Amino acid sequence: MMAARFLRRSIPVLRHARCYADAPSGASQMSFTFASPTQVYFKEASVKQVDVPTLTGAFGILPAHVPTLQVLRPGVVTVFNDDGSAAKFFVSSGSITVNADSSVQLLAEEAFPLDQLDVAAAKANLEKAQSEMASASDEAARAEVQINIDANEAIVKALE
Amino acid sequence: MFARTSALVFLPQCGQVRNMVTLKDITIRLKSIKNIQKITKSMKMVAAAKYARAERQLKPARVYGNGAVALYEKAEIKAPEGVANKHLLIGVSSDRGLCGAVHSNVAKAIKAKIATLTGEGKEVMVVNVGDKLRNILQRTHGNYLLLSCKEVGRKPPTFTDASIVATELLNMGYEFDQGAVIYNRFRSVISYKTDEKPIFSIDTVANSENMGIYDDIDADVLRNYQEFALINIIYFGMKESTTSEQSARMTAMDSASKNASEMIDKLTLTFNRTRQAVITKELIEIISGAAAL
Repeated sequence: MMAARFLRRSIPVLRHARCYADAPSGASQMSFTFASPTQVYFKEASVKQVDVPTLTGAFGILPAHVPTLQVLRPGVVTVFNDDGSAAKFFVSSGSITVNADSSVQLLAEEAFPLDQLDVAAAKANLEKAQSEMASASDEAARAEVQINIDANEAIVKALE
Repeated sequence: MFARTSALVFLPQCGQVRNMVTLKDITIRLKSIKNIQKITKSMKMVAAAKYARAERQLKPARVYGNGAVALYEKAEIKAPEGVANKHLLIGVSSDRGLCGAVHSNVAKAIKAKIATLTGEGKEVMVVNVGDKLRNILQRTHGNYLLLSCKEVGRKPPTFTDASIVATELLNMGYEFDQGAVIYNRFRSVISYKTDEKPIFSIDTVANSENMGIYDDIDADVLRNYQEFALINIIYFGMKESTTSEQSARMTAMDSASKNASEMIDKLTLTFNRTRQAVITKELIEIISGAAAL
């Protein structure tokens, strides 16, 4: 075994050199589109990384991520630009699509930069929602209050 | 001589009725057309203001809508050919008229699609957003109407409106395989074009060939994703449709005002001519009456 390895190193590279798997070709940039129905934050922009909160967990997306479809949960989306700066947004819900050509479409039902949100108002809404939970009568009302609580909890957690 | 004067006395009355309308009729007509012109001018200004706002809101909505259909385009999803699948057409328009050919264009596109699909033996149902569309389609294609939405067009459409339409549609329980949203795509202030965007059911997307490359998708996530995508496409169609409608109404009211002012000019000329003719006639009567003495 040692001899074989020694031989391999001493023989000049006549045959094809062993190497790691090929880097994915062409997909060195991702075309990132991030929009809500009323506002566009990124349109086919080139960014380094995007962190998204989804129903199945939070994950980060870099260029050449495997194609996937996910549904968003209320939480914070962090966009890391090419120059290193990070921008944080709060999204209520929505969907994210990563295509094979490394284009990413993040469509949020409502999205706001974190600095536009007020933590005191969020806490007040959270308390109100939690007290409504007790008085919620049927399934649909309870589901609505639960969504309210989840969203407000996520806002409070994001702002602290 | 006596006979001639009495003949002259009788002649003017029948003369006016036979040759031209009286001054009174022209005055009434002129007044009503001037009122109509005021109304069309003010409608044009209102439509211009609404159009400006709709166009501003259309810019982000377009990016959003294109993002929503990106999956269907990039993964080239299509329903299996040859199978008798069920189609769903969503026609997007509004309740209000006086906007040119907006409603009839969408209705024409829907009727053409129904004809081709029933010719191929496929089942089709239509959802219409907007009362005008229902009026046009009910007479001939009433049995294809699945759902009809009213109170569209008074205020700019929001995401909530689109989600209401999508929820009701999904609650109807019509298991469609594929379909299209038919709307008027806004091109410029003076032009719009009837266009369509495809929609697919959850099963069609899941079974499409290229979906295999998409990783880690379970049925629940896909269902949520599809429902959200349906709302997005309907929202996109509604936004484009309002912008086209307001620009069409602006153009229509503008040409109506121009036509009205043309009519006013012509009628004013006729009025002056009639007025001068009446004066001349009276003068002739007086002069010939005086000459007769």
